[in-house]
Amino acid sequence: MISAATGAMALLMVPLVKEHGLQYLFAATVLTGIIQLLMGVFKVAKLMKFIPRAVMIGFVNALAILIFMAQITHFVGISTMTYVFVAITLIIVYVLPRFFKAVPAPLIAIVMLTVAAIWGGLDLRTVGDLGEITQTLPSFFIPDIPFNFETLAIILPYSFALAIVGLLESLLTSSIVDDMTGTESNKNKESRGQGIANIVTGFFGGMAGCAMIGQSVINVKSGGRGRLSTLVAGLFLIFLIIVLGEWVVQIPMPVLAGIMIMVSIGTFDWSSFSYLRKAPKTDGLVMLATVVIVVLTHDLSKGVIAGVILSAIFFVAKISSLEIKKRSIGKVITYEVSGQLFFASTEQFIRAFDYTITDSTVAIDFSNAHIWDDSGVGAVDRVVIKYRENNNDVTIKGLNASSKKIIEKLAIHNDANAQVKTH
Amino acid sequence: MYQRILLAADGSKNSIRAAQHAANIASLITGSVIEVLFVADFSKIKGEVLHSQNHEEIELKRNQKLLPVKELLSVKQVRYEVKIIVGDPGPSIVEYANNEKVDLVVIGSRGLNALQEFVLGSVSHKVVKRVQCPVIVVK
Repeated sequence: MISAATGAMALLMVPLVKEHGLQYLFAATVLTGIIQLLMGVFKVAKLMKFIPRAVMIGFVNALAILIFMAQITHFVGISTMTYVFVAITLIIVYVLPRFFKAVPAPLIAIVMLTVAAIWGGLDLRTVGDLGEITQTLPSFFIPDIPFNFETLAIILPYSFALAIVGLLESLLTSSIVDDMTGTESNKNKESRGQGIANIVTGFFGGMAGCAMIGQSVINVKSGGRGRLSTLVAGLFLIFLIIVLGEWVVQIPMPVLAGIMIMVSIGTFDWSSFSYLRKAPKTDGLVMLATVVIVVLTHDLSKGVIAGVILSAIFFVAKISSLEIKKRSIGKVITYEVSGQLFFASTEQFIRAFDYTITDSTVAIDFSNAHIWDDSGVGAVDRVVIKYRENNNDVTIKGLNASSKKIIEKLAIHNDANAQVKTH
Repeated sequence: MYQRILLAADGSKNSIRAAQHAANIASLITGSVIEVLFVADFSKIKGEVLHSQNHEEIELKRNQKLLPVKELLSVKQVRYEVKIIVGDPGPSIVEYANNEKVDLVVIGSRGLNALQEFVLGSVSHKVVKRVQCPVIVVK
């Protein structure tokens, strides 16, 4: 897997750098690393697999939209030549691979259009206009920030967001690489490794990174299987900055914007549209909610957290619906309960019974049900006691082993003096 | 004659038609076996992983795609094996066919429109060009 500074992470960092400065970013990077390292050590990273796929799809789509939106300022309403360059870039990156694959099309686009811009003396914004690229090897230093709680309070939310987004993208990448190579990977180890890398990065004045889907796929496709391939990728990047730095600053921004538009189109999960039609409505809603929240807040972690909570609520709502059937044979009335009886379904359970019955035999059959918690037991108590008040003979049957255990431990209806609890 | 027949299938309608012809040929040759090759496209893996909760689900979905082909071959009572590999469809089929020295390749034409074919390229065309044994492209 190729790891580096990714768009998803960079988007999270913008407000921190804007408000507090670069030094805080380095500190946040170190803290992100520590959080990820701890998540790996305490095996929390594995829990990431519980993130529903609707949220993951929303995450990827939101990321693509954010990448696209970030490009708009670089080409909309600047000059006609800017639009022309974006268009030419897009044509090159999409059409050229059809005929010629030996050299990656984006590289060809960058080289050709940079040369064209310099020769033609065209008035285009370049990478150099955005900021300087320092062509020296980084050195170790401690971030220049006050070490107090105030600082921690500033960087902690960012670090958490970075850690979550970084892990999410890395684990998605590792699943993809797993599938491509037919191998397994240890997600906790992945988290530890990324944590250590980010701690080191922070002390060398770098920004927090994570695994990158696109680059990793290209790496595996090109035959990279071991650690050497990722090392070479990193070394080549250093080489690019140090040796070719003065050329890099000459690259016109519209060309990069064009390439990033291609990246965002590639990142977007286009099968989401058929997913929206085919998947359960609640899943579609979770996916859309994740996207909308991310796009509004520009914070991928908020969307993911909201998505997870929303789908948990939908899950509880779905699973908490009980089915209760009434059958009467002579004087014996049997209620058949099927579903999960727990705090969310007790109300429905209690309402389902007919309490006007008097002087008969009532059986409640739990063969297709499971009682999960004390609220569930409380509900059973309530129903049983209410029936007994009306002089009915109540029996409970068909409890499975664990439901029986919790009933025996907590239920009070077998106590002759039991009263309905006043909640 | 054609003892080992490679059927490149992706579960599309074209590949089911191709399966029909492969089965017809195989049923005429005693001792022949059809190798059904499904190539999980590199470029689609991201979507597949994204839409599945775990690895088993991905495998299940791939096998489900091949289900109509498998059913057809079972009905025709021909011997077949299924192979699923990950890679770029065109080159992967070519590589498999040439390395395994199969006797015949049967593949469906993809039936894309002009623009799609211009952008994506035709898998069957690549296969016809580079495979060393006879190839049947089923329309």
